[in-house]
Amino acid sequence: MIVIIDYGVGNLASVKNALDKLGAESKISSDPLVIKKAKALILPGVGAAGQGMKNLKKSGLDKVLVGEIKKGKPFLGICLGMQLLFEKSEEGNVNCLGIFKGQVKKFKKMRKIPQIGWNQVKLQVQNSKCKVQNLQGVPNNSFFYFVNSYYCLPEDKDTIIGLTDYGEEFASIVVKKNIIGVQFHPEKSGQVGFKLLENFVKGDTYVS
Amino acid sequence: MLAKRIVPCLDMTQGKVVKGIQFVNFRNAGDPVKLAKKYSDEGADELVFLDITATVENRDILLNVVRRTAEVVTIPFSVGGGIRTVEDMRMILRAGADKVSVNTGAFKNPKLISDCAKEFGSQCVVLSLDAKKVRKNRWNVFINGGGTDTGVSAIEWAKKATELGAGEILLTSIDTDGMKEGFNLELTRRVSEAVNIPVIASGGAGKLADFTDVFKIGKADAALAASLFHFGELTIKDLKNYLRSKKIPIRS
Repeated sequence: MIVIIDYGVGNLASVKNALDKLGAESKISSDPLVIKKAKALILPGVGAAGQGMKNLKKSGLDKVLVGEIKKGKPFLGICLGMQLLFEKSEEGNVNCLGIFKGQVKKFKKMRKIPQIGWNQVKLQVQNSKCKVQNLQGVPNNSFFYFVNSYYCLPEDKDTIIGLTDYGEEFASIVVKKNIIGVQFHPEKSGQVGFKLLENFVKGDTYVS
Repeated sequence: MLAKRIVPCLDMTQGKVVKGIQFVNFRNAGDPVKLAKKYSDEGADELVFLDITATVENRDILLNVVRRTAEVVTIPFSVGGGIRTVEDMRMILRAGADKVSVNTGAFKNPKLISDCAKEFGSQCVVLSLDAKKVRKNRWNVFINGGGTDTGVSAIEWAKKATELGAGEILLTSIDTDGMKEGFNLELTRRVSEAVNIPVIASGGAGKLADFTDVFKIGKADAALAASLFHFGELTIKDLKNYLRSKKIPIRS
């Protein structure tokens, strides 16, 4: 059972719909017991970092998630769910989960913010000494659907597996051990997005 | 680089897709869910649903279409028509839409935009703006399905809605709608330059070159078309191949 974490932000239904289409057993939940029993976790999210962290803390889910991640449970963070994995976000100037070292910054170079639409991901698999099975079947320079005003700036460049250009180049996929974070919405990114989700569902997580 | 989007539009009434000319003379174009799936599979970048005769009785039919669509498409889609309250918007989003467009309801009550943006985030809130030329260099906002001139400048309303928290503007030119003589480039460019959110140009697509023009001259971020696609005059694949040959950034 894959658990999609419900923390009061964003469009959970679209992630659930995508997993249903893939035939993966999944559940939307905010219950720590259910989350602890899950074989994999997805932290989705559309919304603001401040509100997101506030909700996670209020329910104590922040500690539960960090605990599960450290146990090695496969974990996928989508959009805001990726940003919350970093140390700190400029959005609301809030401390986040701190799984990845680095900050979340606002786009500065482009006139139109948020970035809304399809943008390309340049794969950086050569960056990593490890095998990134999550990206099997995902061609280099594939287009994914983005909606974001903020982006992650990882300190450890080896964790950057995908780069995207929106006036400035930013990390669109980060990977570390059992964790993958994507700035785009794979559940809304057509075939290639579904491929990425399918890889995650099949348990082909990052192997170091 | 961010790609320009190609957006098929499905105008619906009572659960059927229809297409009119200058907002009247509608003809039947088929089942919305089947069409949505077809466009999603063919490479459309996004879909727009507009319930043009949004009434209370039609609301359940619309929600049913939204739910069924969410189950079959793999790209974002917006839904609009008769949205008056935050609760209206919540229902549509819960049914599985990614964005909701507001038009007359937002014009009459601009707070609807800020309330929805606060509740769901700006990325969910699309301002649908129907504009018509009233004199040289002046386009007004028309509401009630294009039937009522508000006397308010389209460019000013676009700016205000952006400040209130709209995340995108779906800009329809009533003058060019259904005429197939090209998008309204002047209006589109002016609105796009006046706001810092994406503009989806709508109304008038008739041939391949119209799309190049609306991106290059009209400065649109996305282009919408309905009848061209519904009646098989143009496929999304051919359109995208053409735009790529013209060096427009397009999702492959």
